[in-house]
Amino acid sequence: MPELVVFTPSAAALVRRLKARYGALILHQSGGCCEGSAPMCFRANDFRVGANDVLLGTIEDTPFYIGAEQLRQWGTHLQFVVDAVPSHSDSFSLETRDDMRFTTGTRVK
Amino acid sequence: MTTTIAKPSLFTDALDFVQKQGVRTRYDNFIGGKFAAPVEGRYFTDVSPINGQPLAEFARSSPADIELALDAAHAARRAWGKTSPAERAARLNEIADRIDANLQVLARVETMDNGKPIRETLAADVPLAADHFRYFAACLRAEEGAITQLDDQTVAYHFREPLGVVGQIIPWNFPLLMAAWKLCPALAAGNCVVLKPASETPFSVMVLMGIISDVLPPGVVNVVNGKGSEVGHALAANRRIAKVAFTGETTTGRLIMQYASENIIPMTLELGGKSPNIFLADVMDQDDAFLDKALEGFALFAFNKGEVCTCPSRALIAEPIFERFMERAIERVRRITVGNPLDPATMMGAQNSSEQLEKILRYIEIGKQEGAKCVTGGGRADVPDDIKDGYYVKPTVFVGNNKMRVFQEEIFGPVLSVTSFKSVDEAIEIGNDTLYGLGAGVWSRNGANAYRVGREIQAGRVWTNCYHLYPAGAAFGGYKQSGFGRETYKSDLEAYQQTKNLLVSYSDKALGFF
Repeated sequence: MPELVVFTPSAAALVRRLKARYGALILHQSGGCCEGSAPMCFRANDFRVGANDVLLGTIEDTPFYIGAEQLRQWGTHLQFVVDAVPSHSDSFSLETRDDMRFTTGTRVK
Repeated sequence: MTTTIAKPSLFTDALDFVQKQGVRTRYDNFIGGKFAAPVEGRYFTDVSPINGQPLAEFARSSPADIELALDAAHAARRAWGKTSPAERAARLNEIADRIDANLQVLARVETMDNGKPIRETLAADVPLAADHFRYFAACLRAEEGAITQLDDQTVAYHFREPLGVVGQIIPWNFPLLMAAWKLCPALAAGNCVVLKPASETPFSVMVLMGIISDVLPPGVVNVVNGKGSEVGHALAANRRIAKVAFTGETTTGRLIMQYASENIIPMTLELGGKSPNIFLADVMDQDDAFLDKALEGFALFAFNKGEVCTCPSRALIAEPIFERFMERAIERVRRITVGNPLDPATMMGAQNSSEQLEKILRYIEIGKQEGAKCVTGGGRADVPDDIKDGYYVKPTVFVGNNKMRVFQEEIFGPVLSVTSFKSVDEAIEIGNDTLYGLGAGVWSRNGANAYRVGREIQAGRVWTNCYHLYPAGAAFGGYKQSGFGRETYKSDLEAYQQTKNLLVSYSDKALGFF
């Protein structure tokens, strides 16, 4: 069965680069408005993973979580593709310091 | 969809106009009543989504700038908090008057920075911002404490006191109006503020600071620009703030809650939605003004290019009228003119950023992959050469079912997902089958049915036979994962206040315990 989430080489490279600078990281899939629907990247000890978070996958030893309710609503019929793209957007996610942005796309499994 | 004709001078004319009115090409932070260069001397260039052209430079701040802003706010805190309600209300009313007097400048700045149509900024964003200041000035004047006589000689006095210094982080979809929503109750209640606008849209707030710099005592309002990843923690987790308010996405909302827990301070969170817009069968009982209004209500997913937390992005239509209603509704959507938002004829302007454009296009692809039927739109909009580097999408309508991801995820763009329902109960069930609960709409000629749907939908605001009205005086806020707290309503004052109780005995008789 295919993985539920895959990371593009540029997403993996960005995680590697951020990890070298900030130490252990965590990715968490956001929802809602504005910069929502994208993975947010924080220092691992900055964001508290809750009992209702589900581990979607791991990249460069960095866990990628999503809220259980959000995963239930999204369904698992499509594969999530985490990518990294140049961006001037503003959020609390660490990669925006480098004018980059993680994105979550999908493709048919 | 039709496309407006090329008018190459619109953008340069608008930029020239606002610059002649004193709008700058570089904005420092606004701290202690004046513009102050960022400590590290870094700036970023803000570009217009209309054509990708630069608008102005803004401070790319560091935590040291947040500390300076907090120093200024704390220096102003005591005096501002003790200002009489009449005086504070007068200051808020003066801000409203200045906003009104600068309508043309602020509307152009907002349209150039956000990409929203000038007809919206002129008629909604800017006038509503002014009105919010007047509304909270009025609330402040009318506010009273409470006295309870507990017995003949014991009285409880309840005073409303400001919290002190608060931190506010606002989004890019209604830059000026969201600043007003956050600032008005905080200032009315006697707080000082450190505000961080979104880096995508810092322009109108900084222009406003220039316009009102002499209205408030120095330090009462401080604005620090920069990225959430660089200054967000310094503000939201700062032990020198007494409250934090945030509008944005859910994961950062959780992070803000964590930060607030570290300091044991209150917070207000508004985190988006996936709002159902429910059309009961009786809307088509007659072909009249009401049906016309309902059809416009369907098309309102394109308001502010869908970049609205309450975007009616799911339309639920009664099965017996589905085909007839959709035929009329889609025809209405096809009449939406997409183009340069500075053109007064344009109904839908540019998405706010290239990232936003890409996200919307990604979701359109997801809809297609999932088998939703695209009945209109479905890609980038064709625009004239002068704005070809801007971010334009066709108003897009999918027909599918509520389990599809385009029905569940907030796309934050002009993408509508439509499905049908067999009964009012099913409409309520589908309407509530979402993580969010910010807004909803219900359309019916039958008051009892409309009332029932309105009460059963788990959302903070249910527009009934209307949509996308944002008057001061009506509570706005979320159920479920849309967050909590209410804005644009007098109760928002309390969200920025402490209750001080003096419990006073007028008796000289000891308790007798010791």
